[in-house]
Amino acid sequence: MNATILAVIGLSMIFIGYRFYSKFIAEKIYQLDPDFETPSRAMRDDIDYVPTNRIVLWGHHFTAVAGAAPIIGPGIAVIWGWLPAFLWVTIGTMFFAGVHDFGAVWASVRNKAKSVGTLTGDVVSPRARNLFLIVVFFLLMMVNAVFGVAISNAFQETPSSVIPAWSAIVVAVAIGILLYRMHVPILWPTVVGTVILYAVIYLGEAVPISLPTEVMGLPTGAQWILILFAYAGIASLLPVWLLLQPRDYINGIQLFVGLGLLYGAVLIASPDIVAPAINPNVPASAPPMVPLLFVTIACGAISGFHGLVGSGTTSKQLDKETDARFVGYLGSSGEGALALVAIIAATAGFASRAEWEALYSEFGNGGLAAFVQGGAVIVSSGVGISNEFAATLLTVMAVLFAGTTMDAGVRLQRYIVQEAGSIYRIPVLQNGYVATMVAVGFCLTLAFGVSAVLGLPAGEGGMYIWPLFGTTNQLLAGLTLLVISVMLVKLGRPARYTLVPMILVTTAALGSALFELSRYYADGGLLNFLLWLDLIIVILAIFVLLEAGSAFTRERRAAAAAAAGASA
Amino acid sequence: MARNAGRLARLKTLLEEFYVTPYRGALARARRDEDDIFMLFVFAELMGVPNPAAYYTLELQPLLLERFHEWHRRQGLEHSPLDGFRCC
Repeated sequence: MNATILAVIGLSMIFIGYRFYSKFIAEKIYQLDPDFETPSRAMRDDIDYVPTNRIVLWGHHFTAVAGAAPIIGPGIAVIWGWLPAFLWVTIGTMFFAGVHDFGAVWASVRNKAKSVGTLTGDVVSPRARNLFLIVVFFLLMMVNAVFGVAISNAFQETPSSVIPAWSAIVVAVAIGILLYRMHVPILWPTVVGTVILYAVIYLGEAVPISLPTEVMGLPTGAQWILILFAYAGIASLLPVWLLLQPRDYINGIQLFVGLGLLYGAVLIASPDIVAPAINPNVPASAPPMVPLLFVTIACGAISGFHGLVGSGTTSKQLDKETDARFVGYLGSSGEGALALVAIIAATAGFASRAEWEALYSEFGNGGLAAFVQGGAVIVSSGVGISNEFAATLLTVMAVLFAGTTMDAGVRLQRYIVQEAGSIYRIPVLQNGYVATMVAVGFCLTLAFGVSAVLGLPAGEGGMYIWPLFGTTNQLLAGLTLLVISVMLVKLGRPARYTLVPMILVTTAALGSALFELSRYYADGGLLNFLLWLDLIIVILAIFVLLEAGSAFTRERRAAAAAAAGASA
Repeated sequence: MARNAGRLARLKTLLEEFYVTPYRGALARARRDEDDIFMLFVFAELMGVPNPAAYYTLELQPLLLERFHEWHRRQGLEHSPLDGFRCC
């Protein structure tokens, strides 16, 4: 199979999903009303609630949800062959992610722009809201640990990426100061900043940075993880305008440049896919494809994290209700397109099937490494730059995605710790520095604890929890779809378009969590704390399904009683 | 030429919106927090908190009285804490 054909088929499926299926959902199910007064208009305060251009809002939603996960997940999942990953990404984007993101924005807009967490309490039950908050905390803890390890691995495999990746922070701070303090118009800092970002790659090539093999008993990977979390902790305490805002901005610009570059290179180079459609020689370490495929690729097919973005900031700025389709559905389609090109990079950018099989000799070996290795071959032959330069460029791109997610993730975790301190009246936890240390401590415990249990070099166990991270993410997606489904039942509309994805996603998450239980027990017995973490996830998943059943029975009875009252 | 200038202006507007949109609320809240601390400096002496800068902040009080009501509500005080100034 030629990669160009796969790209064209995949992009066409995603486009058809947007053009026809989202239109059907918008008109018949969510029944969007152009005259509905959105919260951005009804509650306008020019701070949180501001009617915003839909293209800008789409760009914000897309760049906020697209990070390193739609690259790493497909990069791992192609171990079962390119076809299952391709089908899950395209069908998932069309019928799961699009409806989920679109629905999260719509549900929030119809409820004064409340977040999905609050809506869970209002629409389903207060118990379900508590479940939601626990799942969010676990998700943030895992995302930070996993991305910390992913960046550490990337720095070790591509030392030329170290200087360009850290230079992005300097570029971001410079842009922040120029725009916020010196009020320089945005165009030139953007152009110059982006050019510097790519020009510094040459410097990285000339001066590759490698840390010592051991410092105070800590291997290289562990040193990088400690540095990264120290940075993330400091970054989360800095003013938003100084780092987070400009870093997100240049990251967004880079996402568009990177996507254009990758798809352009695929079209020009037109490589053949060397990986098998369905891998007959899956390594023994790989778990069964069903249900693990559905959690290994979360972002890129469906991800609960998107609901937090959609109902957190996007819904407060939606100008017209009809924009929800463009912003929500097309935003998730953009992430599907990123996952699709990651599949192509991890399956077509290899000289032979033997070379591909050598990389995929163990479960978890692919991921970012496969994306960089394969993508570099495609980009270098398509655009005409050297393989090393292309590899550094793609590593920097992925590291910046993961790094920005870590910045935001640690900051959000700090808020949760501070809120917990406020609710349970523990003043020390309300202190920003203490809360940051607690948040970082949880993540480091996870990253280092896994290695200790498995007997791996310190800090290198983070990727082991990737399926558990996907499971938690899908559980969150299930909760969001549950809220949307209950709302639809209350409105007397068909709920199957959100209910079926909700049941499938939650069941896959539950099945994966159950499978992981046996794996964690086999790997470390009762002392493996991941076993207990996973057990909590299993219990949460069962509670979600029970809450769903209870909410639907209640709403159906209410609807039947209302109908009986009306006929009497 | 004019068409290109129009396009460039549109691009600038889009980029500015793209830059500001995700953090508009966070920045406004941070700015408000700074303003709240400044209000505390200005009115601290009147509330019995010694303020070495009171001599300099005294003349600012009339200018900030309009914002006083919202400020004390944000600090969790239902009614004005000042005996001499009852805004509510």
